[in-house]
Amino acid sequence: MANKISIVVVSGSRERLQMAAMIASVGAVSGDDVTVFVSMNALRYFRKRATDPAPAEDAFGELLEAKKAPAFKQLFQSAVELGGAKIHPCSMAIDVLGVEPAELEPWLGEPLGLTKFLSDAHGGQVWSF
Amino acid sequence: MAEKIVVDARGSFCPGPLMELIARLKLAQVGDELEVLSTDKGSASDIPDWVRKVGHELLGTREEAGVWHIAIKKTK
Repeated sequence: MANKISIVVVSGSRERLQMAAMIASVGAVSGDDVTVFVSMNALRYFRKRATDPAPAEDAFGELLEAKKAPAFKQLFQSAVELGGAKIHPCSMAIDVLGVEPAELEPWLGEPLGLTKFLSDAHGGQVWSF
Repeated sequence: MAEKIVVDARGSFCPGPLMELIARLKLAQVGDELEVLSTDKGSASDIPDWVRKVGHELLGTREEAGVWHIAIKKTK
């Protein structure tokens, strides 16, 4: 039976976004039922044409860039397109950031509020980054 | 007729080679054989684990001059 995995991503650091994307993509392509909830500092990187690189927290984040690890956005997109993951922007973060849902990447799902996310996450694993 | 497909993921890091394999696997037919080339040692153990977990057939893994060759057969 598929595991249910809910991933909350709030950090804007390269290392955390990378690890969240790795778990989302590998989980989704392994048959797990993956939902990602994107909020706070993470949301800006999910705008279309967002090219500002997420800052590294420390030396490892620099290595990710230097060694050309797969880009976290590409991995999140693979999670959706290859593994059927659902990635939802947080409706509160959309309002605070002042973006329209249409300005976000087209492979994101509809904005989600916490009530819905919490009821969806019920009974599964929750990971936070 | 079954095809033999090479997925060249050299230079990519985990989980890049796995994602490249799966993207190609989706387009392949049941019975096709795929061989992933990877320079990432983690992928050399992670890809076989994935193949066993989802139920394709692992044909073999070998290393040659710093490149891992992981061969699988699409079974479903």
